[in-house]
Amino acid sequence: MFVELNELLNASPERPEQGKLTLLRDTKTDGSFLVHHFLSFYLKAGCKVCFVALLQSFSHYNIIAQKLGVSLTAAKEQGQLVFLEGLKSCFDVLFGEEQHVGQPNPLQFISEDGSNLKTMYEFVRTSLMASGSDSWKCPVLLVDDLSVLLSLGVRPVAVLDFIHYCRVAVCSQLKGNIVVLVHSNDDSEDEENELVVNSLCHQSNLILWAEGLATGFCKDVHGQLKIIQKGSSELKAERNLLRIYQYKIQDKNVTFFARGMSAAVL
Amino acid sequence: MAALATGGATPSDGATSFQRKVPASSRLAAIAGTRPSVRHGQLLLSSGLPSLDCVLGGGLAVGTLLLIEEDKYGIYSNLLFKYFLAEGIVCGHNLFVASAKEDPADILKELPAPLFDDAHKNQVDEKETAIKSKQESQESMKIAWRYQNLPKVEVSPAASARFGHYYDVSKTVSPELLQSIKWHRFFLPEEMSLHPEIKTCNMTYGYTRLLQSIQRIIYQEGFDGSYPQKKQKNILRIGIQSLGSVLWGDDVCCADNPEDIHSLTKFLYVLRGLLRMSLSACIITVPAHLIQNKAIMERVTNLSDTVVGLESFIGSERETNPLYKDYQGLIHVHQIPRLNSLICDVSGTKDLAFRLKRKLFTIERLHLPPDLSDTVSRSSKQDLAESTKLLSSGCGAMAIGKKHLDF
Repeated sequence: MFVELNELLNASPERPEQGKLTLLRDTKTDGSFLVHHFLSFYLKAGCKVCFVALLQSFSHYNIIAQKLGVSLTAAKEQGQLVFLEGLKSCFDVLFGEEQHVGQPNPLQFISEDGSNLKTMYEFVRTSLMASGSDSWKCPVLLVDDLSVLLSLGVRPVAVLDFIHYCRVAVCSQLKGNIVVLVHSNDDSEDEENELVVNSLCHQSNLILWAEGLATGFCKDVHGQLKIIQKGSSELKAERNLLRIYQYKIQDKNVTFFARGMSAAVL
Repeated sequence: MAALATGGATPSDGATSFQRKVPASSRLAAIAGTRPSVRHGQLLLSSGLPSLDCVLGGGLAVGTLLLIEEDKYGIYSNLLFKYFLAEGIVCGHNLFVASAKEDPADILKELPAPLFDDAHKNQVDEKETAIKSKQESQESMKIAWRYQNLPKVEVSPAASARFGHYYDVSKTVSPELLQSIKWHRFFLPEEMSLHPEIKTCNMTYGYTRLLQSIQRIIYQEGFDGSYPQKKQKNILRIGIQSLGSVLWGDDVCCADNPEDIHSLTKFLYVLRGLLRMSLSACIITVPAHLIQNKAIMERVTNLSDTVVGLESFIGSERETNPLYKDYQGLIHVHQIPRLNSLICDVSGTKDLAFRLKRKLFTIERLHLPPDLSDTVSRSSKQDLAESTKLLSSGCGAMAIGKKHLDF
């Protein structure tokens, strides 16, 4: 986890918040550093994490997590981390033999028509359900990333249904958190994606939006991060809190600073 | 360590003297034609073009996918495709060539010949003449006399141990070299006639067959580590030509609302899964200019690792523009993967152009010369503004409108 981001979000591993949906959004840049931050944050906080990793392989996340101070293999062995690796099993799901024994594969939707993500929801629910011997804190669902589901043939309504069901199960019933990553673009022609992203923006409590700089590539400032915190009570109609910071990604850390205050300029 | 860690090219003449002491990579570095990356310890392959390797941050990582967005007539993307395969031949890797329009055997016959044969012969001749001349002129060194007794620098005989080779486009590779490597083929019309009806899994038939074929080769030849007793590991280089074109049975290129927009993206996803689990790398050329539905290209870009777009000047008004007279086209690097690391070796130059001469395909920084003419015409200024707008596309961001560049 990145210490500076924790300070900006006023979050600490000792007392993680509960019942929140956090949306990670990236535009014209790669926002996966935020996924790594939240993964190591919740693992250090002692929460039970279900990670639906659709975009990269396990060793990729593991190596970066080690740089950030957590070991994913150890967490998996202890039962703290449930890791669903999309890339590893997608071929078998498509071309493998039909399996009627045991639990249906959570990635079943790839070979179906994409009308629902029931099997994946069941997988998430069973893996985050508190079993008696567990001593972990609140459960967390982490998805990297949701836009890939649309590319795999799932309808946008089905994606939204899945998030809704997960919110009911994880956020309200189990008092846990959900963090999802989506890609978006201001002038994107991908309407389905924009539909999902807009809908999630309205539902989420916290939005972290990583954007590339409008003026182009810069070696010292890799992008800007918008932090949008929804008002805590909708009844009182509190305004959203919007803060903008710029960041630079380094090998083991990401530094955040106010706009124009990059170390290269000062 | 710091100097090399800033990315960019290391000289491609022989192995670098600095070897990172990581146990895994030192074991794997024994595979011919690869070298471990300084940044993330992954094995890197050469893409066949040393200048493209520089742009991509040292090379193409094993297990990743290189997507080339074809230029309008497919000339230069075809060339990059051939360079990739030719590099595989020179390094002794296995090849898998898939195409829907050309027979893979014909593609292989037309690969460019590597240059080291000629260079080596020339160097051997030079060495002989040098030895003769050295014996004749023993007292020639008057100023550098300390160096007189040092042996002459040896010409490296094993030139194929280099990372990245140069090719002569005007010559084709020799049949002996072709026969020395093992290669596999996938020609769609052939497959259609052999197995006409098979379960399609909601994907276009051509893609289904191709995936099954690739997986079969990876499994049978042991690229995914299923034969641990085989000591000699090798790399499988997969080349897929013109994926997404009509010849593959997919109508993304000819219809605005294609029948099945998910076939191509599903294929790429599953292919990337196969690549990650094996010692292979893949190059795919996609006729991106024909795809009307831009949403598909966005999704395709997100699903690939490295994406490079080619834009040739043939047929456009830039062909006659004196600003671009030295170059044949532009190269846009849309995406470079961040593997095992939070950062990637992105080069600072975003304005890249390529030029092709007989022996050399180079990618250079596009350098717009200063406008030194006496009468600065309106049209050239407009063109400069247009090209700067197009060129400053880093972080993927384009300068929005002209408001940031107006001064």
